[in-house]
Amino acid sequence: MTKQMMSLLSGDVLEDNMEITLAELCRICRLPAERVFELVEEGIAEPLGQDPQYWRFQGISVLRVRCALRLEHDLGINTAGAALVLDLLDEIETMRTRLNRFENLG
Amino acid sequence: MEFKDYYEIMGVKKDATQDEIKRAYRKLARKYHPDVSKEPDAEKRFKEVGEAYEVLKDPEKRAAYDQLGTNYKAGEDFRPPPGWDQGFEFHGGDFTGADASGFSDFFEQLFGRGFSYSSGASRGGAEYHTRGNDTHAKILIDLEDAYHGANKTMTLKHTELGPDGRPQVKERTLNVRIPKGVRQGQHLRLAKQGGAGIGKGEAGDLFLEIQFKPHPYYHIEGKDVYLDLPLAPWEAALGAKIKAPTPTGPVDLKIPPGSAAGRKLRLKGKGIPGKQPGDLYVILQIALPPADTESAKQAYREFEKAVPFNPRASLGV
Repeated sequence: MTKQMMSLLSGDVLEDNMEITLAELCRICRLPAERVFELVEEGIAEPLGQDPQYWRFQGISVLRVRCALRLEHDLGINTAGAALVLDLLDEIETMRTRLNRFENLG
Repeated sequence: MEFKDYYEIMGVKKDATQDEIKRAYRKLARKYHPDVSKEPDAEKRFKEVGEAYEVLKDPEKRAAYDQLGTNYKAGEDFRPPPGWDQGFEFHGGDFTGADASGFSDFFEQLFGRGFSYSSGASRGGAEYHTRGNDTHAKILIDLEDAYHGANKTMTLKHTELGPDGRPQVKERTLNVRIPKGVRQGQHLRLAKQGGAGIGKGEAGDLFLEIQFKPHPYYHIEGKDVYLDLPLAPWEAALGAKIKAPTPTGPVDLKIPPGSAAGRKLRLKGKGIPGKQPGDLYVILQIALPPADTESAKQAYREFEKAVPFNPRASLGV
């Protein structure tokens, strides 16, 4: 292990204090803006602000967009289907957490 | 090299139609998709299924594979016989969709590789100067780390192309700052700690998903924390002032008289810290004192006489 590897790394929490613009989202996800508009229409990424020029996305949008693209590509579903899967996954996650709490009781 | 039985992996018969193979693939892809599946080996299975489908969905590859396949069983040591693919024309490198970089040696031996190098370029990056892939990993932290922030050391394995052009597994250790207030399932982005770029492309990012280690007595839901707190029956019935643990140290807690099991007491702002901190919920449980001495048994008998009580009244018996 070299010293460089062990230097302390700090990062941004995607869900909290990281906001990105439409251009940044396009660059990070390697998507044309038209595709992002489609994803926004389906609620996969939810920008703040009215005019796309001033849209701000939460950092977590990057992961949601990527997950949607993988689902579309691997499972042959469309954008609306991917949006549904993402919503259901969120719901399942919430329920699993709650279930864990009750299963561990006593 | 192990022989891979692609039909077995896909769960179809050797004479399955292309439609059956497609249906089997769709079903397994949904079952093992790493974004969806909770199966422990989902990622491995998903790759295996993708590889099998890559071969079986293409009539040319399937025919060539079939010619081999009759003499081998899954897992058996396998070397492709010389000239095995003569008479079959593959449209070189034309993998129709799957990312072949994760395919097995067995696949590579038969159908070659090279696809994974061109894939970056074909997905819109500049040729030979492509930003590295973003990588994902989970990091396990303690609840206390979310309250105070912490530095965590973690070891990650990743695959790199060695000097001979073959993938090698390498380990590296990272020292990561966990910011105060992180919650389960959140992601920490470490810029340029992902896969190395190709050519002059910069490295990708590393995304770390925060996961709490199970705690012996706290449970976490979002920014709220739950604690099951046992009470003696008399504490619950008469009210009491007791000590309760919290992640920031013990506190004095006033139990109102007549508290039933399951009652929730909210300690505002004592959950995971942040701009809007979470709450700590104390859920009261009533513990049963053991009747293991004569005096304890006597006390229970007197209690029974003194307090007429049918706990099953609401059940109609």
